[in-house]
Amino acid sequence: MTHSLVAMSYIVATILFILSLSGLSNQETARKGNYYGMLGMAIAIAATTLSAAVSAYAVLMIALLVGGSIGARAALKVEMTQMPELVAIMHSLVGMAAVLVGYANFMDNTVVIDGVEKTIHELEIYLGILIGAVTFSGSVIAFCKLSERINGKPMLFPGRHWFNLFLLIASFVLAGFFLQQTEHGGGLIPLLIMTFIALVFGVHMVMAIGGADMPVVVSMLNSYSGWAAAATGFMLSNDLLIVTGALVGSSGAILSYIMCRAMNRHFLSVIAGGFGTASGGEAMAIEGEIQPIDAEETAQLLKAAKNIMIIPGYGMAVAQAQHTVNEITKLLREKGKKVRFGIHPVAGRMPGHMNVLLAEAKVPYDIVYEMDEINDDFANVDVSIVIGANDIVNPSALNDPNSPIAGMPVLECWKGETTIVLKRSMASGYAGVGNPLFVLENTRMLFGDANATMQAVLKALKE
Amino acid sequence: MKIGIPKEIHQGEKRVATTPEAAAQIMKLGFSVSIESGAGLGANISDEAYKEVGVEVIVDTQALWKQSNIIMKVRAPEHNLELNMDETDLLSSGSFLISFIWPAQNDALMQKLAAKQITVLAMDSVPRMSRAQKLDALSSMANIAGYRAIIEAAQHFGRFFTGQITAAGKIPPAKVLVIGAGVAGLAAIGTAKGMGAIVRSFDTRPEVKEQIESMDAEFLMLDFKEEGGGTGGYAKTMSKEFIDAEMALFAEQAKEVDIIVTTALIPGKPAPKLITADMVTSMKAGSVIVDLAAEQGGNCELTEKDAVVVKQGVTIIGYSNLPSRLANQSSQLYSTNLRHLLTELCPSKDGIINVNMEDEVIRGTTVIKEGKITWPPPPPTLSASPAKPTETPAVTVDHVSVAKHPFKELLPLLIAGLVLFSVGAVAPESFMSHFTVFILACFVGYQVIWNVSPSLHTPLMSVTNAISGIIVIGALVQISAASVIVSSLAGLAILIASINIAGGFLVTRRMLEMFRK
Repeated sequence: MTHSLVAMSYIVATILFILSLSGLSNQETARKGNYYGMLGMAIAIAATTLSAAVSAYAVLMIALLVGGSIGARAALKVEMTQMPELVAIMHSLVGMAAVLVGYANFMDNTVVIDGVEKTIHELEIYLGILIGAVTFSGSVIAFCKLSERINGKPMLFPGRHWFNLFLLIASFVLAGFFLQQTEHGGGLIPLLIMTFIALVFGVHMVMAIGGADMPVVVSMLNSYSGWAAAATGFMLSNDLLIVTGALVGSSGAILSYIMCRAMNRHFLSVIAGGFGTASGGEAMAIEGEIQPIDAEETAQLLKAAKNIMIIPGYGMAVAQAQHTVNEITKLLREKGKKVRFGIHPVAGRMPGHMNVLLAEAKVPYDIVYEMDEINDDFANVDVSIVIGANDIVNPSALNDPNSPIAGMPVLECWKGETTIVLKRSMASGYAGVGNPLFVLENTRMLFGDANATMQAVLKALKE
Repeated sequence: MKIGIPKEIHQGEKRVATTPEAAAQIMKLGFSVSIESGAGLGANISDEAYKEVGVEVIVDTQALWKQSNIIMKVRAPEHNLELNMDETDLLSSGSFLISFIWPAQNDALMQKLAAKQITVLAMDSVPRMSRAQKLDALSSMANIAGYRAIIEAAQHFGRFFTGQITAAGKIPPAKVLVIGAGVAGLAAIGTAKGMGAIVRSFDTRPEVKEQIESMDAEFLMLDFKEEGGGTGGYAKTMSKEFIDAEMALFAEQAKEVDIIVTTALIPGKPAPKLITADMVTSMKAGSVIVDLAAEQGGNCELTEKDAVVVKQGVTIIGYSNLPSRLANQSSQLYSTNLRHLLTELCPSKDGIINVNMEDEVIRGTTVIKEGKITWPPPPPTLSASPAKPTETPAVTVDHVSVAKHPFKELLPLLIAGLVLFSVGAVAPESFMSHFTVFILACFVGYQVIWNVSPSLHTPLMSVTNAISGIIVIGALVQISAASVIVSSLAGLAILIASINIAGGFLVTRRMLEMFRK
């Protein structure tokens, strides 16, 4: 293939990627969007493979086939509740690929350039590897946290901000050394040290972030993987990589921003880790008594209700209760009741996590609503069921300025007639914040494993 | 400890202090329960039903009183005609009595009980706090009384409640006035509304306006500034001017409405007289007045306690035992209240009562502690209608950072400008063309992503994941390099990136297939 033809194919691929992302703007076009993406990728790979630069077809085909089949296997086997883990581990792969490509490019001395162009090129390699390494180690830690291989609680070292600053300065200084040494064809040592520093930085950054902030971390790493691809694009002077990397990078950045807004947190304070930087005084103590309820009484309440709202949280994912919830929803809808789902943007461990789980359980998506769509409607709701959620239905976010989650928009379920909260026990949520909702007069607590209790409710409803 | 449930001896009292269901729960707390034979008959509960859950049924009244450490009753102790003995004398010393007592009205009884060296918990003295709601027997009984008041009124009222237009002519709906919108008043409003009547309601406490209106009844406003809410959520005595204005309102309403239900009570005082004889006269013939305050002297001047009288064509119902007319239901609720009280008294579930006077609820309910009169309790500090949490204005952290220094806002822009300028100053042309593409792509991404529906955020992430596998291109162009290291690094990168591509697209496809209408 001629150079121009390859470039033209890249333009087509770029357009297909843009169409792919814009296709995801709603459910009807989403599937088509995904196919555009596949087509774009196929065109890009085919054009590159057929270009003059490639001749090692055997290795190439084996690598593509092996990698592709591993990926396909993972995609078909993964449980929907494990989506956050899968996404995190896939981010780490992009990061690792970026590091590898960076090193390969650094060691490839066939292209000879001089002067400022050389300096910029070396800097691009340096930056590409840096971002790639941070993405890699950060995503691995995020994966471990999400799959509970390591503790999800934030791990905070004393003086961690200084440590971060030290790492940053060290990588700046190393960049200087690196550029100096590349003048004489060296530079591998500073590059390796920097890679190590970047890996440490990625680990340290994600370790300091708590479980409730995971949606931000996952989307931020998504963004990083994009920037890593873009940096590689600069390094290789490849516009397709630059454009695609920028698309993914800005996509992840916007998702992080949306998540931060949904928690009323500043992006920097999430990344720096740790709660409570903004609050002055003590949070209000919570006094009162909880009123327990059993599955049978819950079924009675549901039978009497007309307008029902279900608010799922991470607890539903943990208990794998989404199928039972769907059964209950179906039964109640057959009885002529209005059942809706209210989803908080940060419910779960990654953006849109709850929607995917509900979709997996075959809950029709037109009864699943976003927080902003239904929050004004709670006054008309007879029964709200909160399944394994805590912070996203915490009234103190609105009325206690000293609460660690003050100002975070929450689902105002307490404005409805009755709220039933499913909870394993009386422990506070991931954010470690007490919830006055539990002791409100119109709240009933249904203790136990979410799936087991939902099963019991379903049984009682069928009687 | 042994709990004894004697049969109620008050004339016309059909309730029983414990139902079999409640007894079973009480026994789980470690108590043993005995009941006098036939105690549940008035509430349609047979002795057998009690026996089934393991309650001992005792025929001899005196034996029951004698063996029990705790006596649970509905009515306050009175003279037992059959035995010709006072129930107070049947109590063994050192025992506990839990029942309605009305300490303010029954001073003689209080002295007598105190002399027996016993501990008395009065179900009418449960403090009005959110925590104590589940043992608030006054509320649970008032709820029943309110419902029954309307049912009694309907029986004596010669017309429909609901309006109808039939072939035989038009039937106007009945007009019901409910005075006092406490628990009983609200229950009456709900029942009358459910039967189709037009309901109006009046209360001296302006804060109940919302509750009345939430039940679709009309709140009668009095154009007068005075707060009627006393401590503990009950009404207090109002000033003379207020009462005059109030009476004028009632006089006017009396001419119009068909049914009046009065529920006005001020704790520890005789019921205020709200409906005068003149007002009764001015009512339409066939109208009905239900006086729920009959026990405390009645809100209507012509009320006769425990009787139905017809005065100037107006039926005045003065039953004081309306809950007893729904004996089964009220027994059930009352026994649940008692069970909750026992749970509070016996937190260790070992069947031993611990009257913890530090606990505000138990302190308020206890009127005699081991022979010492402890009534009245210190006033409770909490109001029964706490401010709703949602009414407090939301204070967000954002407000703090509103007043930013203009320099601080400009600083990032300034830095960005400087960086761009210095890059532009040294960068070669080839870099700038790539940079242009990069910035434009960022903006395209920004525009496109904002439109993505939040429910598709997870598929979006997995698709961007797949797309960022485009890094494979970088590896592809290097795989044919001469150096073995370079080509093997590139080969590894291809393998990893293709995991991403295949995995990302396929998992997205799987997810999107699930999203169905």
